[in-house]
Amino acid sequence: MKHSRLPLLTTLLVLIFFYLPIVVLVVNSFNASRFGGTWEGFSLKWYAQLWSQDEIWQSLRNTLFIAFGATAVATVFGTTAAFALHRFSSRLQRFHYTLIYTPLVVPEILMGMSLLLLFVALGAQLGLFTIFLAHVTFCISYVAMVVLARLQDFDFSIVEAAQDLGAGWWTAAWRVLLPLLAPGIAAGALLAFTLSIDDFVISFFVAGPGSTTLPIRIYSMIKHGSPPLINALSTLLLLVTFVLVWLSQRLTEEKNQT
Amino acid sequence: MKQAHKIKGHELLVTAPSFLWLALLFLIPTFIVFAIAFKPATPLGGIGAGWSLDTLRSLSNPNYPAIIWRTIWLSFATTALCIALAVPTGYFMAKASRKVRQFLLLLIIIPFWTSFLIRIFAWKVLLHPDGPVKRALVFLQLAEESTSLLYNAGTVLLVMVYTYLPFAVLPIYAAAEKFDFRLIEAARDLGAKSLRAFFTVFLPGIRRGLMTAILVVFIPSLGSYVIPDIVGGPNSEMIGNKIAQRTFTDRNLPHASALSAFLTLAVMAPLVAMLFLQGRRGKQAPLIQEDA
Repeated sequence: MKHSRLPLLTTLLVLIFFYLPIVVLVVNSFNASRFGGTWEGFSLKWYAQLWSQDEIWQSLRNTLFIAFGATAVATVFGTTAAFALHRFSSRLQRFHYTLIYTPLVVPEILMGMSLLLLFVALGAQLGLFTIFLAHVTFCISYVAMVVLARLQDFDFSIVEAAQDLGAGWWTAAWRVLLPLLAPGIAAGALLAFTLSIDDFVISFFVAGPGSTTLPIRIYSMIKHGSPPLINALSTLLLLVTFVLVWLSQRLTEEKNQT
Repeated sequence: MKQAHKIKGHELLVTAPSFLWLALLFLIPTFIVFAIAFKPATPLGGIGAGWSLDTLRSLSNPNYPAIIWRTIWLSFATTALCIALAVPTGYFMAKASRKVRQFLLLLIIIPFWTSFLIRIFAWKVLLHPDGPVKRALVFLQLAEESTSLLYNAGTVLLVMVYTYLPFAVLPIYAAAEKFDFRLIEAARDLGAKSLRAFFTVFLPGIRRGLMTAILVVFIPSLGSYVIPDIVGGPNSEMIGNKIAQRTFTDRNLPHASALSAFLTLAVMAPLVAMLFLQGRRGKQAPLIQEDA
């Protein structure tokens, strides 16, 4: 493959494939035309209309409320899970690893369905709280994997040095390991936050009346609503995603310098 | 002895939160799905008392074999196309200079982080009857005014590849980045043609990444529901659509459970095989890779 141009061409094709639909969507959000087939001039009218859609802002509030709560819990539990998986290698941890790994690949619809049945069986009221529980469930795995990857590159001699100098296990973990791992934990938390904000399938299954999240609102807009409004909303969300990815990259760079 | 006891205590303390949470909200609910498949449905959309085989009987619906077959071939085709695109891309990224590599990685990660609904919707805009692609095709006389680019199985496949491709590129790149490219040179010095060196040295060298990529594309593909729901039509439904219809439209939870139980079994076969092949923990190519 040394002289072959195939890898380069495939990579370019993949990038065009990834970005063409996104670029068309962003351009169309500024198009005065309703269907976007033709360019009818630059316009911000869709953004202006978006501003007055109270339902969207209400659903955004729900989404952020769930995302902050789920991220907080999942970051703590995911981090402790990563510590356990990295430090101990018992049978318990092998089972623990399977429990953490499986939710990453299981289709979302199965997780949504099984959680819905659990809540129905328990007679729980579907709403923001059930969505929160569901989000923590899938976020734990992602946080654990990101932190675990960091732990594998981590130089544990620093922790051993602290212990040689008289620090106990907890002191060494709390005062030495945790601060050094903070960028990795923050990257895991950012991923959890993004996944929580974006989740549609699982939320849709466990949502109840009055707990519409932003993705559920977007889905019903795609099904019944006005396309240009979704273009405008999507463009704003893409902007948020770029900022989050950039932040996550910054956290990673910081890690490389230490 | 006391030391060992203390370490065991630490282990339980850091294992318990995630372990208990996932046991209660992931493992047990999976068993509940199987149990409710054997419960009768009530006309009001609830779950009846006692046990029944009615739901299992209703699975012999004549539409189901076609839907199951479509789900399987679409998932296979999606996986094959994703791997075919991801391997050369991962190879190129791993061989690129550090700066180019970082930039490409960023470009691959952005779609990974972008809302899945928005990425599907973008295709609906692109392929809309009044959208740019249709207009271009009609202009070039490659399509008739009446041809629809949406609502068929081909479009579902295209959007599935689009959605799952980042999940395939990341583990393959992670494995290719650790691959020692001097091995390919060595094979060529020993007389292997480029293509042969690629298939016999490079692909086996990144097999862990390949296996992870296959797993994280194939399994979620089997459970696709939003993609056929948005860009597909009545002739491109998958099992996921049926589960959603039974849950939300018919409110027949036992029937939805039976379908979910079937899908769970279908998903478990490749998952167990892969976990077994990959052996013990810590050896997988990372699923999430944010940086080189």
